[in-house]
Amino acid sequence: MFENEMKLEFPSKSENESFARVVVAAFAAQLDPTIEEIADVKTAVSEAVTNSIIHGYEGEVGVITIECKIEGKKLTVVVSDEGKGIEDIELAMQPLYTSRPELERSGMGFTVMETFMDSLKVESTPNIGTRVTMVKEFKSI
Amino acid sequence: MILKFDDIGKALVVKMSGELDHHSSEIVRIKIDNKIEELGAKNLIFDFAEVNFMDSSGIGVVIGRYKKIIQYGGKVVVIGLSPKIKKVFEIAGLFKIIDEYDDLSKAVSSI
Repeated sequence: MFENEMKLEFPSKSENESFARVVVAAFAAQLDPTIEEIADVKTAVSEAVTNSIIHGYEGEVGVITIECKIEGKKLTVVVSDEGKGIEDIELAMQPLYTSRPELERSGMGFTVMETFMDSLKVESTPNIGTRVTMVKEFKSI
Repeated sequence: MILKFDDIGKALVVKMSGELDHHSSEIVRIKIDNKIEELGAKNLIFDFAEVNFMDSSGIGVVIGRYKKIIQYGGKVVVIGLSPKIKKVFEIAGLFKIIDEYDDLSKAVSSI
């Protein structure tokens, strides 16, 4: 089975949201994804990185790490931060829930990640950080 | 993200080009709100034809402007949605409150 992996670290600046999703898309390109599959991955990565910037580090600059792994046709993306963490993961994952309504957030970030990827796992410890693991199996041949 | 405004009398048309994410949404929201106030625009038409990426930050931008416009009895409609942007709209249930049209003339006649 074909395997490959990469790791990316960058400061939690909003300018890097675009950079991060483009890098993951470029890495995933070796799986010959469809345009739709690549758009799904970009959107999910953008949501996870935005969460780390807004909620994890709350505008302060910290490090965001993205690790990607390819196993056969399966792409695993792990987005992690060492930010303030999530107190109540179940509540945070509810559609339309946002802890920052004043920022005009839609509360749809986790819902988008869940919908656009095959699976989503969120692990978080307050004041330690958050780790989001997303998996997508590419259907294209 | 580049914004072009067109005041067509009945509505303010906001043509966006580029990527609508958390980074770009903050300035987009300020520019649109300033234009709405400057023109006293009642209705708003979002043209997404040249938006090549949008995540849930874009949902916040659309809903935020919708809340503002309906306060004065106005309407918000969208045109130019690509399949990938339409998918984000669908997940958020945006079509329950905002109608989509094939082109500008149909959007204008709906208002």
